Amino acid sequence: MRLVLAAFGLALSLAGAQAQTLTMAVGAPVTSLDPHFHQLSPNNAAAGMIFGKLVEDDANGVLRPGLALSWSAVAPDTWEFRLRPGVRFHNGNAFTADDVAFTFARIPQVPNSPSSFAGFVRPIIRIEVVDPLTIRFITNGPYPLLPMDLSNLYILDRETHANATTEQFNSGAMAIGTGPFRLVRHANGDRIELERNDGYHGEAPAFARVVYRMITNDSARMAALLAGDVDVIDQVPTADLARLRSDARVSLSEIMGLRIIFLGLDHGRTDASPFITDNEGRPIARNPLKDVRVRRALSMAIDRNAITSRVMEGSATPAGQYLPPGTFAYVPDLAAQPHDPEGARRLLAEAGFPQGFRITLHGPNDRYPNDSRIIQAIGQMWTRVGIRTTVEAQTWSTFIGRAARAEFSSFLVGWGNNPDGSHPLRNLIACPSPERGWGNSNRGRYCNEALDQGLMAAMRELDNGARAAQLIALQRLALEDLAIIPLHNQTNIWASRRGFTVTPRVDELSMAQSVRPAAGR
Amino acid sequence: MALYLLRRLMQSGFVLVAMSLLVFLGVYAVGDPIEILISPDADQIEKERAIRALGLDLPLWQQYLVFVGKALQGDLGRSFVFNEPAIQLILQRMPATLELAFGSMFLSILIGLPLGLYAGLRPNRALSKGIMAGSILGFSLPTFWVGLMLIMVFAVQLGWLPSTGRGDTALLFGIPWSFLTLDGLSHILLPAINLSLFKISLVIRLTRAGVRETMLMDYVKFARAKGLSPFRVTFVHVFKNIMIPVVTVVGLELGGTIAFSVVTESVFAWPGMGKLIIDSINVLDRPVIVAYLMMIVLMFIIINLAVDILYTVLDPRVRLEAKA
Repeated sequence: MRLVLAAFGLALSLAGAQAQTLTMAVGAPVTSLDPHFHQLSPNNAAAGMIFGKLVEDDANGVLRPGLALSWSAVAPDTWEFRLRPGVRFHNGNAFTADDVAFTFARIPQVPNSPSSFAGFVRPIIRIEVVDPLTIRFITNGPYPLLPMDLSNLYILDRETHANATTEQFNSGAMAIGTGPFRLVRHANGDRIELERNDGYHGEAPAFARVVYRMITNDSARMAALLAGDVDVIDQVPTADLARLRSDARVSLSEIMGLRIIFLGLDHGRTDASPFITDNEGRPIARNPLKDVRVRRALSMAIDRNAITSRVMEGSATPAGQYLPPGTFAYVPDLAAQPHDPEGARRLLAEAGFPQGFRITLHGPNDRYPNDSRIIQAIGQMWTRVGIRTTVEAQTWSTFIGRAARAEFSSFLVGWGNNPDGSHPLRNLIACPSPERGWGNSNRGRYCNEALDQGLMAAMRELDNGARAAQLIALQRLALEDLAIIPLHNQTNIWASRRGFTVTPRVDELSMAQSVRPAAGR
Repeated sequence: MALYLLRRLMQSGFVLVAMSLLVFLGVYAVGDPIEILISPDADQIEKERAIRALGLDLPLWQQYLVFVGKALQGDLGRSFVFNEPAIQLILQRMPATLELAFGSMFLSILIGLPLGLYAGLRPNRALSKGIMAGSILGFSLPTFWVGLMLIMVFAVQLGWLPSTGRGDTALLFGIPWSFLTLDGLSHILLPAINLSLFKISLVIRLTRAGVRETMLMDYVKFARAKGLSPFRVTFVHVFKNIMIPVVTVVGLELGGTIAFSVVTESVFAWPGMGKLIIDSINVLDRPVIVAYLMMIVLMFIIINLAVDILYTVLDPRVRLEAKA
């Protein structure tokens, strides 16, 4: 036994010696190294290698101590965070509570930001630096989500980053954080080169050097992996999955992700909906989608297993709710709607549409894996139960603007969740309301005041048990009413060459600290 | 000559203005940049702020006037996505694209001219027929597919060359170039070949047609009758006369390659301007799209001018005159 262990250890150290440099290729370009400039997954992944956060989220989306060791609500409207002592920035400056105060003041001030992080600090009305390692946030009423919100915010140094501009971050001069890697070079849109930060407070990264390349073309990224030019890639095209699973040179790391793919429906119009007509092509005076029986029929007509197994090649799981298992306020006993074309026809007849009607289903064709093929499949399934469906796929840049203006009757779109039941409810389901800041991605204009009232209570509930129960009930309500039709949760997939192993993340972020030399060989 | 140049410049100015207006309207018609750029869980306050920050709250005509005002001072705007001056972003990536375009042009002349000459001088040989058949392939195979095949064969199967990206660079005139290093050359070879296939075929066919036509001309017959060596007849008398169409086409092709080598750049993950423009179009990064297309227009104007001037060198009968 000891011999086996020794051999094992030797193999490990050999692998470590060979693999001092990690080259990884990602499919989405990082556009800025300013961690507060653009709230965008690829940018967050890059920031996550260089900078640190008070609260970190692990591969499963569970909150863990980061630059803060612990946190608690010391009063209904006051969160106290105790900070990690002895942390230094890459340039040697010490990290203290004052840097947190500075960072949170900078976040809403970044000029020209196309999507800032200001929303995460808005609930904070005052910050108290109690001592260098203790900080208090006074919120506008009880706010249970603060720790989760803070897991989005990268901390900067007051001394270093006062007056730092986005350009200075991009050039590398100001890309100085507390994260596991320090920046060596940044070639915009091409590559980021990093080296290990030996002073990192957490688990040391396995590789001394990292080349983080951006190869947006799927086939090129795949070829770079097969040619051995890169060790790890993300966003593996589903068409290649079957071949890769049988290829001994490559291993796949997969996890069910937080992204839900769903259909949005027009709830906003009680009279005619723009893309619905009767079978003769005449407009229908009332919007059939306002009837929950019609919405349920649409959901029952969809064979989710066929989509996930054939169109998605097994890289998705049929969804019966908005979040995957293991998240906060997951509804425990709610499976995906089974395929039931007979039931769908019956419900349509009950709702007064025994002959069905015509509808156009819209969707993007360059945003989610196989997006246009999914809506084609659904179009056929709907047509089979009597709803003659025309499918229209278009490029994301055109599609999303029209969807936001609620121009469609039915459309496919995706949503990258935070692992908390309130997140999809607030953004996708709640009535669009500038005052509450909710319903911003509610492109079907569903509105249920009872649900919003319940959500408001849950958003003030600091007791996790009570909050989970409230959110589960609210999700049930929205799912029963088919505010949106959940289709599937995507699987996040990384492919690596032999000798490397990736810890897959639910949030799709590709970071070098998730990669380690494979044990054994 | 001076008057001619002045006139050309004035025309160019007009084209630039028309171009910027078209692109402005075009991007506006495609979609709303804010919907693409903003995080989906941002609230309305944040959305309003972003719209103001990017100057999209003004009516379109005012946005255009703001743009023109700044452009006259040499500022073509800042990228929405990178928050850097658009022109700087483009210039950063220009060397990569330029060396790829010139590399492929170099290959197309180096390979296309001799093959075309041979096929024109010995039209009935089997080899000539093979060359012409091959050139049809060069025209008809899609760049995208050929690029992937090149990668699969030379990078994945044989492992001779790297699959993607730009290699090590060395500085020349303060600009990083990859053709100066061995590693850089090994990276540029496949994309340059991929980009040059079409042009090689074009040069072969143009050269062959020119040679066949010229060989029947009286002055060639006379030169041969005078007893000049076949070498001198081919490379002085024939060659000079077939160059006009070749120079025209290669010049225009060069412009096209610099501006729109999008497919090759994305297949080979080549960090050039083509990749920048396609990414920018995807996220409706208007300042970059406008600046890029205006620069491309300017480049075509300059290339056309250079081609016109080259004519006068190649053919003394051509004069550049103000009357156009």
